[in-house]
Amino acid sequence: MNAPQTPVGASALFLGFLKIGLSGFGGVMPFARRMIVEERQWLTELEFLDVLSLAQFLPGPNIVNVSIIVGRRFGGIGGAVAATTGLMLMPLVIVLALATLYAQVAQIDAVRGAFSGVSASASGLILATALKLARPLRQHAWQIAVCAVAFVGIALLRIPLLWLLAVLCPVSIAIAWWRRA
Amino acid sequence: MEASLIPPVLAELTAQFLLLSMLSIGGANAIIPEIHRRAVDVEHWMTDADFAQLFALSQAAPGPNVLIVSLIGWKVAGITGGVVAMLAMSGPSSALTYAVAHAWERFRDEPWRIAIQLGLAPVTVGLILASGYVLTRAADHTWVAYAITGVTLVIGLVTPIHPLWLLGAAAIVGVAGWV
Repeated sequence: MNAPQTPVGASALFLGFLKIGLSGFGGVMPFARRMIVEERQWLTELEFLDVLSLAQFLPGPNIVNVSIIVGRRFGGIGGAVAATTGLMLMPLVIVLALATLYAQVAQIDAVRGAFSGVSASASGLILATALKLARPLRQHAWQIAVCAVAFVGIALLRIPLLWLLAVLCPVSIAIAWWRRA
Repeated sequence: MEASLIPPVLAELTAQFLLLSMLSIGGANAIIPEIHRRAVDVEHWMTDADFAQLFALSQAAPGPNVLIVSLIGWKVAGITGGVVAMLAMSGPSSALTYAVAHAWERFRDEPWRIAIQLGLAPVTVGLILASGYVLTRAADHTWVAYAITGVTLVIGLVTPIHPLWLLGAAAIVGVAGWV
């Protein structure tokens, strides 16, 4: 059973996830773990890993799914709404304010230059993330093949995502099923 | 303007992200190529360079990486577009997550659930690799830009350095006018 050890109210959920939302740049998951497990002790390490694996497994932004699951666990629908609103409200306001500001200054050479540099670097960060995630795949040749098909289909052939997923996901899951120990 | 309650572009934006919400296994980073395909290639909402710069902005702002979605919406339909895109992107998947969270514990050790997880993992990784490729193609037009991408990739892989340092260093190179 996963009965919460201590009750957590909607305002605590809102404020906790507000802090998570503002903690990181280009992703906040490490900060979510720190806040939920270490600071507030809402969940144990293992409970958090469980929440995370479900959040990653289901479609949707992973951290939004975490806020839904944690919010729901402590406060039902109200808790889920409080946690998710807390998570997204300030980052959304800030990024839209930055975008508006950026539109005013985008023609300045130095600003354009800075953003060219940052976008080149941001691409490298995503590639690094992908390669880190790819490391565990090395144990299974079929997983490398599936990964390669997804990459070629989306990056090089530009197949619509819906078609690719509709074909590749069932095939990949079927292989995983047949190859299970 | 036509006397329509919802501007067509806003309706289109909403429809796209409602669908993408349910397709985003692997999170926001996995759907970058599809957003790029729709926004740049199909709908012609923006250029490659616009897309790369919005992505850069989403990485340089505090918050979850899904913020790229609200910046696409903002580019297409202003502040309203930004809010609507984020709500559409989070709505369907959040409803699904809410609905199935309870059943999860019971199925944790079921073979079919493990097979699904093992099967989806390589798809997700392939999609995020494709994101890196698409973003690099959109962002890099000079050898200095490719060098920045490469150096960031290597440093990001082999050191635990905070990404903001790398983005900041790249910004300085850019301000100097070398990119």
